[in-house]
Amino acid sequence: MTVVPAPETRLRAVEPTAFAGVFTRETTLFRRVWRSTTFGSVVEPTINLIAFGFGFGALVSTVQGIPYVQYIGTGVVASAVLFSSVFAGMFDTYVKRYYMKTYDGILATPVDVPELFLAEAVWIAVKSGIYGCAPLLVAMVFGLPPSWGMLAIPFIGFLTGFGFAFMGQWFSGIVPSIDSFSYVQSALVTPLLLLSGVFFPLTGFPTWVQRLAELNPLYHCVQLVRDAVFGWNPLADLGHVLALSVFAVAMGLLAVRALQRQLID
Amino acid sequence: MVKTFGDLVAVDGLDLDVAPGTCLGLLGPNGAGKSTTMRMLTGQAIADEGEIVVLGYAVPRESKQARARMGVVPQRENLDDELTVRQNVAVWATLLRVPRRTRDEAVDAALEMAQLTDRADSRASTLSGGMRRRLLIARALVHGPDLVLLDEPTVGLDPQVRGEIWVLVDRLRSEGVSVLMSTHYIEEAERLCDDVAVMSHGRIIARGTPAALVIEHAGAEAMEFYGPPDRLQRVEEIVAPSGFRTRRTGPSVSVLRAETLPASVVAELGDGARRPSNLEDVFVLLTGEKLED
Repeated sequence: MTVVPAPETRLRAVEPTAFAGVFTRETTLFRRVWRSTTFGSVVEPTINLIAFGFGFGALVSTVQGIPYVQYIGTGVVASAVLFSSVFAGMFDTYVKRYYMKTYDGILATPVDVPELFLAEAVWIAVKSGIYGCAPLLVAMVFGLPPSWGMLAIPFIGFLTGFGFAFMGQWFSGIVPSIDSFSYVQSALVTPLLLLSGVFFPLTGFPTWVQRLAELNPLYHCVQLVRDAVFGWNPLADLGHVLALSVFAVAMGLLAVRALQRQLID
Repeated sequence: MVKTFGDLVAVDGLDLDVAPGTCLGLLGPNGAGKSTTMRMLTGQAIADEGEIVVLGYAVPRESKQARARMGVVPQRENLDDELTVRQNVAVWATLLRVPRRTRDEAVDAALEMAQLTDRADSRASTLSGGMRRRLLIARALVHGPDLVLLDEPTVGLDPQVRGEIWVLVDRLRSEGVSVLMSTHYIEEAERLCDDVAVMSHGRIIARGTPAALVIEHAGAEAMEFYGPPDRLQRVEEIVAPSGFRTRRTGPSVSVLRAETLPASVVAELGDGARRPSNLEDVFVLLTGEKLED
């Protein structure tokens, strides 16, 4: 199929124009569906916060020197980030690939698989960073004192959500059917949530469980959020950022590889 | 080029080129390898063997540059139902890299061409089947591509709606855009294609203009006879000794190259209807397979 000799052009691995195209699609759609998306992502953690904050708060006044409602308020930031990233990565990616054939359409335009899923993960991460702030605002209503460190929360949410969005995308590319996500939810997401220090400190667990929790990205997110709100712990916090970054890169590579296999014959 | 999926050879030694500004039809039954061929041209399927050059770009290595100059209309609809007609096209304009300052203009032009201007602000989910297909086409044309791939553009549409799509495709061709269209509708290929490649089991078994293919393989005329099975069998027995080929189409049998039948044979055959030969005759002769029409 020859027409004219093509000009010689070099391409970068991720082109800003390709990224922008996918991003535009997401933001255009978001303008249509932001109410429902935002409702789910904000209301669920807020209910958690209020239920645990008052239910447990009546029994436990402070945890590690922090009033329980403030402890849970900062912890639920992480669960809000987790829910708005990993499930978007899993379900939306699966539905768009398998049922809606959206990706077949996009990949027929000048967008390659890595650009497509990087742009979608960034978009999910941006939303996670913003939704992550909701529980904090609720906690402030219940007496959490404002602090400068809170300005870092959207960025912590972004970094954490970025990794979990990729993780969700990866699962969407390896599960045999959409029903398999219930296994992921029960066997992985719930344990990640409970073993992260969102609701209670892990100090009551045997040492080996506490070591294991250090492999949990959400644990690093929870630590960072609490340090941002109650006082930085520079060396440890750098470690948490590093752990979350490594997680994001690893998940990104796995996601792109799995989806490349699914989408390119 | 060659493409296999496990033991299945989907495309086998295919050799294809589209002349600029023409419409090439890939004609073949479901499973002939038409869609796989289309996917190889966009780098969405990687050929196991062979070389693909699209608009001067080597695919898959430079497939992204090629895709920037191509418009692809998929067989399976993948519109964004929540978005309006205009938003659907505008999103594709950014994906297809229409420069920002000409984007609105390009979107308007594509909507105009697909006659969707007065539905621009309707949600895609509210469109009829024919309009949805036109929107798919508008989306693929928004960047003014040099080559358009149409994968079964009218499958599942009502006849009158099919006509609307034909008008669109014909207009594209008249504007000098190259079109590669897969279809299993004979009439579609005959009307729209300058050139037809008949595909079967991943191979091209005949190639030429619709008229030339018909003349070459089926002659100018066919005589069609209706009747009970023994009548049809009798027709076949009468013409067989003189070397004429026949094909069954349900309740009738057609004798091909009927214009050259000796008068004595015609007399023996009795009442039959003469009709021009068509691509379907060619297809059945070449493959023994039936096509929908």
